[in-house]
Amino acid sequence: MFKLSRFLKNYKLQSILGPIFKMIEATFELFVPIVMAKIIDIGIYNKDTSYIYKMGAVLILLGLLGLVSSLTAQYFAAKASMGFGTALRSSLFSHINAFSHKELDEIGIGSLITRLTSDVNQAQTGVNMILRLFLRSPFIVLGAIIMAFSINSKLTLIFLLFTPAIAFVIYIIMSKTIPIYKTVQKNQDDISTITRENLSGIRVIRAFSKENHEQKRFAETSDNLLKEQLLAGRISALLNPATYVLVNIATILIIWFGGIFTFKGAITQGEVIALVNYMSQILLALVALANLIVIITKAQASAVRINDIFNIQPSLTDKNAVIDNVTEYSKNIPVIEYKNVSYSYYETAEKCALKNISFKVFIGETVGIIGGTGSGKSTLINLMPRFFDITEGEILLNGNNIKRYTFEALRKNICVVSQKAMLFKGTIRDNIKWGKNNASDDEIWKALEEAQADEFVKEKGLGFEVTQEGKNLSGGQKQRLSIARALVAQPKILILDDSTSALDFATDSRLRKTLKQNNKERTTFIVSQRVTAIKDADFIIVLDNGEIAGIGKHEELLRSCETYKEICNSQLSKKELD
Amino acid sequence: MRNNTENSKNTKEIIKKLFKYIKPYRRYLICALLLSVITVTFTLWAPILMGDGIDLIISKGNVNFSGLKKIIVKIGAVIAVTALAQWLMNLCTNKLTFYTVRDIRLTAFAKLEKVPISYIDNSSHGDLLSRIVADIDLVSDGLLMGFTQLFSGVITILATIVIMISINIKIALIVIIITPLSFFVASFVAKRTFNLFQAQSVKRGEMTSHINEMITGQKIVKAFNYENESKKKFEKINGELETVGVKALFFSAITNPSTRFINGLVYSGVGIFGAVSAISGHISVGQLSAFLTYANQYTKPFNEISSVITELQSAFASAKRVFEIIEAKEEQSDNGLHNLDTIDGTLSLDNVSFSYTPDKPLIENLNLDVRKGERIAIVGPTGCGKTTLINLLMRFYDVNKGSIKISGKRITEITRRSLRQSFGMVLQDTWLSKGTIKENIAFGKPDAADEEIIKAAKNAHAHEFIQKLPHGYDTIVSDDSENLSSGQKQLLCIARVMLTLPPMLILDEATSNIDTRTEKQIQSAFEQMLKGRTSFIVAHRLSTIKNADCILVMDKGHIIEQGNHNELLSKNGFYSKLYYSQFEQS
Repeated sequence: MFKLSRFLKNYKLQSILGPIFKMIEATFELFVPIVMAKIIDIGIYNKDTSYIYKMGAVLILLGLLGLVSSLTAQYFAAKASMGFGTALRSSLFSHINAFSHKELDEIGIGSLITRLTSDVNQAQTGVNMILRLFLRSPFIVLGAIIMAFSINSKLTLIFLLFTPAIAFVIYIIMSKTIPIYKTVQKNQDDISTITRENLSGIRVIRAFSKENHEQKRFAETSDNLLKEQLLAGRISALLNPATYVLVNIATILIIWFGGIFTFKGAITQGEVIALVNYMSQILLALVALANLIVIITKAQASAVRINDIFNIQPSLTDKNAVIDNVTEYSKNIPVIEYKNVSYSYYETAEKCALKNISFKVFIGETVGIIGGTGSGKSTLINLMPRFFDITEGEILLNGNNIKRYTFEALRKNICVVSQKAMLFKGTIRDNIKWGKNNASDDEIWKALEEAQADEFVKEKGLGFEVTQEGKNLSGGQKQRLSIARALVAQPKILILDDSTSALDFATDSRLRKTLKQNNKERTTFIVSQRVTAIKDADFIIVLDNGEIAGIGKHEELLRSCETYKEICNSQLSKKELD
Repeated sequence: MRNNTENSKNTKEIIKKLFKYIKPYRRYLICALLLSVITVTFTLWAPILMGDGIDLIISKGNVNFSGLKKIIVKIGAVIAVTALAQWLMNLCTNKLTFYTVRDIRLTAFAKLEKVPISYIDNSSHGDLLSRIVADIDLVSDGLLMGFTQLFSGVITILATIVIMISINIKIALIVIIITPLSFFVASFVAKRTFNLFQAQSVKRGEMTSHINEMITGQKIVKAFNYENESKKKFEKINGELETVGVKALFFSAITNPSTRFINGLVYSGVGIFGAVSAISGHISVGQLSAFLTYANQYTKPFNEISSVITELQSAFASAKRVFEIIEAKEEQSDNGLHNLDTIDGTLSLDNVSFSYTPDKPLIENLNLDVRKGERIAIVGPTGCGKTTLINLLMRFYDVNKGSIKISGKRITEITRRSLRQSFGMVLQDTWLSKGTIKENIAFGKPDAADEEIIKAAKNAHAHEFIQKLPHGYDTIVSDDSENLSSGQKQLLCIARVMLTLPPMLILDEATSNIDTRTEKQIQSAFEQMLKGRTSFIVAHRLSTIKNADCILVMDKGHIIEQGNHNELLSKNGFYSKLYYSQFEQS
C-alpha cells in the first residue's frame, strides 16, 4: 500500500488536510461529555438556567463545527482517493501496454483485467477509508483517555486496563476469522467453478447422464461452504457480546470507584457521567477501527497484486532502435532473413521451442509453413514483428537486424493475422481502420474485396455495429475482416497464421489466388495445417519439434522430406500425390 | 400508485416463496426473534440502572454505597443476560441464514440439470452464473441478516420510545421529533446520490468494457501499433470517471456527518431541557444520564434501518432473479418411460421438421433410414444444420414435427438416460470436468479399472502426453486449464468415449483440433471403434469422411445430396464442387 502512495503526489494537500479536518471534528466530539458534565455539575447544582442555555448553545456549536469540518474532510478524501485511483489506473494501463506477448501470456489476460478493474477500485476504497478514518479512531481513543486523565488520574487506570483488553478481544476474533473467511472465499470460487462447468458442459454431462453425480458434487461443495460459514459465524458471533461485556464491566467499575472518589470529594457526579461517556466513545472508535482493518486488509491484498504487475518489467523495448521507417526494398537483399535463430519460452528450459532456424525470403515471394501442433509454426512468425525476442541468432529485415527498428516501423512493415480473429466494438469501418487510421472508404472496400469479405459486408454495410469481440459475426466472417484489416495497412510483409481455418475450401483458395495476383511486391507467409493452402508456395518450411525438417518446393519435399510426406499422406488422396 | 401495489404484491410473493425455504429452520427464526426482543429490552435496561446508580452518587460525603452495591449486582446480571442472548441470537441467525441459502442454492443448481438445453443455450452463461453465485449471496446478506437487523431496529425504537415516555414525556417528545430528521436527511441524500451512483456505474461499465477489449486484444493492439489510440480513449473515460466519481463519493459521504450532526442536536436538546427539568426536580440526574445514552443510541437504529432498506430492496431483486431460475420450466419428465434395452443399431428420421425460432425454419421434412453399422457422414457449409441434427438425435432438443426412431422405438417414448447412453459423443468443443485425467477419462464409467483407463488412453494416443504430465494420470485438469493444448483435450474426450464404447457414435468435428499426423495415427483405433457401430460423423476435412457408407450433403436444413463418395462425385453436384475446391490449383 505504501508503495502505491506515490499516486497521491498530486493530492498532497488534500491527503494531509483530510485527516486533519477529521481530527478537528473528533476533537469537537471529545469536548461534548465534558461540557455536559459542566451542565450537570454547575448548571443543575447551582440551579443556574442561563448557564445551562449557554452551555447548550456551546453543544450545538460544537456539533455544527463538527459537521463543517467533517464535510470538508470527506470532500478532500473523496478528491484525493479518486485522484489516486485515476492516476493508478492510468499508470497501470500504460505499464501493461508496454508488455510483450511473453508477459501477457505469463500473467494471463483475465488476471490483468481483474487487476486493472476491481483491484484498483479496492485500493481506491482503501485510500478513501484510510484518509477518513484511520487517524480518527486512534485519535478518539487517545483523546478520550487524556480527557479522562484530566478529570481524574486514578480512574484513568480503568481506561488504561480496559482499552487494550477490548482491542485485544477484537484482534483475537479478527485474526481467527480472517483466515476462515479466506477459505469461505475459496469455497465460493469452487461453487462458481462447478456452476460454470455445468453450464458449458451441459451437453457432455447429459450425454453421459451425469446429472445426479454433478448435483452430488455441487452439494458437497455447498456443504463445505456451509461448514466454513458456520465456523466463521460462530467465532464472529462472540465479538459484540464480548466487547459489550468488557465495556460494561468498565462502566460498573467507573460507577463504583466514581462513587468512592465522589464520597471523598475528588470528583463530581457530572464527571462520573462524563467518564462513562468516554468509555462508550472508546468502544465505538475501536469497533470502527476493526471494520476499517477489514477494508484495509482487502485493499492491501489488492495493492500487492497491483505492485506485482508494476514489478514486472516489459522484457522487450525498442529503446535502442534507430530506424523508424523503411523506404526502399532492394531486390538483391532478402526481405527477411533468419540466421541460426533459436528460441525458448523459459530461460531455464532445456528444450527449445525453435532450434537453429535459417532461411532467406526475397521480395514478392510466398512462403508456406507447415507442421504438427506444437511444432513451432506460430512461434517462428511471432518472432518477426518482435512479439517475442529470439534467444539466439539474428533476424534481418531488409538487411538490418530487426532490433534496430522501432516497434512502430517494424510492425507497420510486418503484419500478422492470427488464427483467433479478434474484432472490437464499433462499426466494421472502425475495425478496418485499425490498419490505417485515415483509410478512405474506397481503400476499405478494396481491402474487403481482396479478403473476400465484400459480399457479406455489402449486405450489412460498413456502418454495421460489431459487438464486443465480434460475437455477432460468424467465425469465417471475423477471419476475413481481420485479414482485410491487415490488408488496408498495405504491409510489405503479410503473415497469415492459420487465419483462414474457418473458411470453406472454395473461399480459402479464392482468397489465396487474389492475394497472389493483386500485389507482386508483397511478401506473404502462410502458416497452415492444410497442405492445399501452402503447396503452391514459392517454398515451404516444414517444421517438426522446433526444427526445420525440410525446406523447398512441394514436389521436392514430397521426394526428400519424410515428415512432409506423412502430412500429405494424411490429407491428400493417392491420385493427388502421384 | 398502481406500480406500488404491484411492487408490494411482488414482494409478498417473494416472501412467501422464501418462507418455503425457511420453514425447515423456522425454529431458528423464532429463537432469533425472541432472543432479539430479550437483547433489546436488556440493552435498554442497563442505562436506566446506571442512571439509578449515578443518582446514589450525589456529592462529597453523600454516596449511598449499600444501594450502589445492589444496583451494581443488578447491572452485572443484566449485562450477562444481554451478552448471552445476543450471542445465542447471532448463532441462530447464522444457522437460519446459511442453511436456508444452501438449500436455495442446491435447488437452483438442481434446476440447471433439469431444464431443457434450449434454456441454457438461450441464456447468457454469465448471467446464470451470477444468479447462482452472487445473487444468492445477496439474498443471504440482505434478506436474512437484514431482516433480523430490521426487526431488532424496530423493537429498539419502539422500546426506547416507551421507556422515555415513562420517564419524562416532554424530553421524550424532543427525541421523538428531532430524530426522524436524520432519517429524512439520509433518504434525501440517498435520492440525490442515487443518480450520481448510476452515472458512476455507467462510466465504470464503460471503463471495464474498454479495458476488457483492449487487454484481451492486446496482441492485436501491438500488431497494429494501436497503443496510443487505445490509451487516449482510456484517458478520456478515466477522466470522466474521476469527475463523476468524486461527486458520487462526496455526496454519499455527506450522510454520516449529517446524521451525526442531528444526533448531536438531539443530544444537546436532551441536555438542555433535561438539565432545566432537573433543576425543577422533574427528573433526576441519573435519569438524565440514561436519557443522554438513549439519545446517543436512538439514531443508530434509524440509520441502520435506512441502510437495511436499500439492502433489502436489492436483495428482493436478487431473490426474484434466483426464483426465476428455480421456477423455469423443466424438461418433460422421463417418468413412466421405458429404458431402451435392446439396441439393434437402426435409426430412422421420419418427416422431421425443426427450428430454433418459429420464424426461421431450419430443418424441414427430413427423412433418413440408417441400417445397423452404417457410417453416416454429414457435410455442408456452416449453419446448414449439421449440429442441429445431432441435437435432435441426442434429444437435446425435441423435434417440432415428425419423429425419430431408434431400434424401432420413438425416442420420445424411451428414457433420455438410456437413449443418451446408447450414443458415444465427441464434440468439437472439448469439455473437461475439473478433476484428475483419470476421472475425466472414466467420466462415463466411474468404476473403470486403471488398466481399462490406460488402454482407452493408449487407443486415443493420449497415453504418451499424459505420462509426460507432472502427475501423469493424477494431474488435475479443468475446462479452462492452460496446461493442455486443445488437441490434447480432444484426445482425452476421445479416450472418454473409447472407454465406454456405446453401440452408436456421434463424432462432431471430433478431430478438428488434432493435427493431421496424430489424426492419422489414431485413425486405426477409430476404425476399430466404428466397426459394427452405427455412427454419425460431421467433419470439415473431407478426407476423414470419404470412407462413409452414406454421405449426407446438407444445405439450409435440407439434405440436398445423398450417397457414397464415388456416387456423389459422379453426380457432379455440390459435393464434388466442395471436394475439388480442396485441390484447386491457384
